[in-house]
Order: sequence, then C-alpha cells, then structure tokens
Amino acid sequence: MRVLTDQGPVEMDLGFLAEVKAKCLQPIERCYQCQKCTSGCYLSEYFDYMPNQMVRLVQFGLREQALRSVTIWLCSACQTCTVRCPNGINIPEVMDALKEMAVAARLPVPDNAVFHRLFVDDIRRRGRVNETLLLARYKVKTHRLLTDLKEGVTMLRRGKLPLMFSHVKQRGEVRRIFRRLDAAKRRDAR
Amino acid sequence: MMEIAYYPGCTSEGTGKEYAQSAVSVCTALGIDLTEVEDWNCCGGMSAYKVDSILGLALPARNLARAQKAGMDVLVACAACYNRLRWAEYTLRRGRKKAGMIEELVGFTFDKKITVVSLLEVLSRRVDQHELETRVKRPLTGLRVACYYGCLLVRPPRVTRFDDPENPMILDNLMTRLGAEVRPWSYKTECCGAVHSVTNPRLAEALVTRLLQMAREAGAEALVTACPLCQTNLEMGRPGRAGGPPCFYFTELMGLAFELPDTLSWLGKHWIEPVSLLRRLSLVG
Ligand code: SF4
Ligand code: SF4
Repeated sequence: MRVLTDQGPVEMDLGFLAEVKAKCLQPIERCYQCQKCTSGCYLSEYFDYMPNQMVRLVQFGLREQALRSVTIWLCSACQTCTVRCPNGINIPEVMDALKEMAVAARLPVPDNAVFHRLFVDDIRRRGRVNETLLLARYKVKTHRLLTDLKEGVTMLRRGKLPLMFSHVKQRGEVRRIFRRLDAAKRRDAR
Repeated sequence: MMEIAYYPGCTSEGTGKEYAQSAVSVCTALGIDLTEVEDWNCCGGMSAYKVDSILGLALPARNLARAQKAGMDVLVACAACYNRLRWAEYTLRRGRKKAGMIEELVGFTFDKKITVVSLLEVLSRRVDQHELETRVKRPLTGLRVACYYGCLLVRPPRVTRFDDPENPMILDNLMTRLGAEVRPWSYKTECCGAVHSVTNPRLAEALVTRLLQMAREAGAEALVTACPLCQTNLEMGRPGRAGGPPCFYFTELMGLAFELPDTLSWLGKHWIEPVSLLRRLSLVG
C-alpha cells in the first residue's frame, strides 16, 4: 500500500508499527494528531519531523523516514509532550525504540550515539562513569581532542574533573547484567 | 534522627562535587543520618536507556536491590539519577513484563518495601519546616532568584511522583523559607538541553540563552538548581562561557543561610563566579 507524502508517494511498511510497539509498548495507534506534543516541544525548531509527525511516520509504516530522521537523536527526552499527550503516549520512548532500530539497522548515527555508547562502555568496565575519562574518550573518537582544553584545565584545578577512578567493587555483578542482556538479545534474534 | 540510604551518583566525584558536598553537610546539620548505598553503581545516566531501554532500568535497579538489603529508602540528590532510579522503581512496582526482565537481569526480587526519594522532597516534606526555619541564621534577604527545576524531577509525574509538573513550587517554597525573594517565571521546567551539552553544544547554548534571558526578565539575579547536569549546562553552556547570572545549588544556599562553614569552598568551584553578588547583598563577609 502506498501513501502520499510531501516527498511523493511512498510504500508503507505494514509491519513497522507492530515492531516499534513491541519495543516501546506505547499505544501509538491512539494518536489523533492533535499536535499538543509539538506545540510544547522546546526543541522542535531543530527537528526535521515534528513530534506528532514522528508518531505519524510510525503509524503509516514509513520506516526509512523514521529511522533516518534527526529528530530521534535531538529529542532530549524532556517528557513535556508525554505529560500533555491526551492519549498517554510516551513519545520519547517511541524515539528511543527508533534509535535502537536505527543502530541495529547500521544506519549512520550522529555523535551523541557515540557518546552514549562510550558512557555505557565505561559502566560495563567499571560500574561507574568517570567524567574525565569519558570526555577524553569522546573527544578522541570524534577527533576533537584539542577543543575545550582551557576549560578542562580550569575544571581540573577546581577538582571538578575526577582523577581518582572509583569503581564498583563487585564489578562482576554489573557485568552479569550486561552478559545476561546480551544473551537475551541473541535468543530473541534467533 | 532520620536514617536513610544515600545514592551519590557519578557526578558527586566530578562536575557535581559541590552539590554532593553541600547536600551531605545540610543533611547532617538537619540530623539526617545518611548511609551510602553500599557498592553503588552508575544509574546509566541519560545514556544507558538510549542504548537499550532494559539496560537503562536494570542498572538503577541494582542499587534498589542494595538499598532493599539495607532496608532503607534511598535518598538521591542528583535529579538525573533520581529520575532513573524512580523509573526502575516505578517499573518494578507495576510488575508487568519489563519488571520480570529487570529482576532476572539483576538477580533479585523487589519487595516494594523501600522507595526512592529526592533530596528536595526529604528537605521539604520529611524535615519539620519550623525546625528548618529556626536553623536560618542568615536570611537571604534581597537575593532575587528564579528556581529552575528542569525536566527530570517533575516528569513524567506518574513516575517521579514529585510536584505539579507544569508549575512546581517545592523549591520556591524552600527558598522563601530561607528568606530569598523568589521570582515567578514560566520557564521553571523547560528543558535546558543538558543532554546535548557535549555532543551538540550549539543547541544547548540556544536553550540556555533563552532560559537565562527569561530569568532576567522575571527580575532574578541568580538561578537556583537541584541538578548537577542542569547546573553545569547553565554555567558552561552560555555563550562565551561567561557573563550573566550565577547559578546556585539549592543546598549551597541552605548552607549559606545556616552559616555552614564550608559554603565558600563550594561556591569557589563554580564556573560562573557567584560570590560577588552575595557580597554586594552583604550575604557574605
Ligand atoms: S499529543 Fe499525543 S495524540 Fe496529540 S499529536 Fe502528539 S502524540 Fe498524537
Ligand atoms: S520529549 Fe522530545 S519530543 Fe517531547 S517535548 Fe521533549 S524534546 Fe520534544
């Protein structure tokens, strides 16, 4: 089935809605496009698709547009729209599901995805996040090593960039969470 | 004496050091006995749930498991950690499919006997407010502030169980009790864009600029925060990283009003220097 969009007619992917719903458990089909979410969104001016349009993309099975939108990466998950949606849809959770799917589909991801990944890697390693290491790793990964050096030095002097690397003692417990989750994902993939 | 488990979170060792230090000092002054959650781990911050939604619930849940073992409610100062720990608790209490998945990952069963509370809530609702007022030795007379709650304490309300999500007053009331002049404004809970401060600084800067402008228009000379992410972003996310109103953690202002000895050392860690304003108002010597 095809749907007419501002980019011309597009094929609808009829399984997409169910896939997204299975991930985020949100009542996406209930949205009736009142646009309350968008009117209160503080970041919408930076989005390519407005929050209500994101929901519409999912309803209509426009997989490509949804997974390639910058909106899913720019939404700050501030939850303002969730509070106001008359249909109880947690829109940022829908966006989280789309982010996961975009990563799984190996679509190009922006720098904040790199940051989130490094953040989680730090937890897997030590159970806690060390802001100094995290920022340094991020800057290496995104080739920005020489930016903000002056600020970094000032922060170090004020003791606000930790040099002590505290970690969880029972790191095995934290790693077990990751291991079990990986195993569950492999099971699901099969 | 009130006994409670305390979850410091990763920023307590870095960017939010002065928040953690002032929070502990204020609690001690008010007779709240904090026991650190034994071997706590990172709550996953604003990243884990974006990588994997279940991971973003299982990580904070491990801390709940530890607090449950200790049999104490968990006090959280950082708004971001509070939000993540509350999400985990909320999901576990609802007991649906996700709850089972989390319990299996962490290896515990939530018995629903403990709960997660924010520092702001404890200081405003669990502490006798008359007693709190009697501790004020130096009323913050003349200090005109705008209270900034941000997103994570108030939303979504069914999860954070905090205050009115559109117009919270808990921090305003606390600051009034300290003698500050609290300005009404409508940007209390607008997003400051802190999650983008590292990866998309220009976007964060636009949001911060708007917030600071609105605070100024409301007649405030300073902002009060309850979150290390907001505080860092409001200070360092402004254009040129300089100028504009200083920001205080609410616990620092409590320390100032209570005349706690370490207050100036906390204020000395700020990116935007706050002491000259206090000096002008004769609130510090
Ligand atoms: S507020 Fe809810 S129902 Fe209205 S457009 Fe947004 S998602 Fe749809
Ligand atoms: S959660 Fe995302 S879409 Fe919703 S109001 Fe906030 S930034 Fe906008």
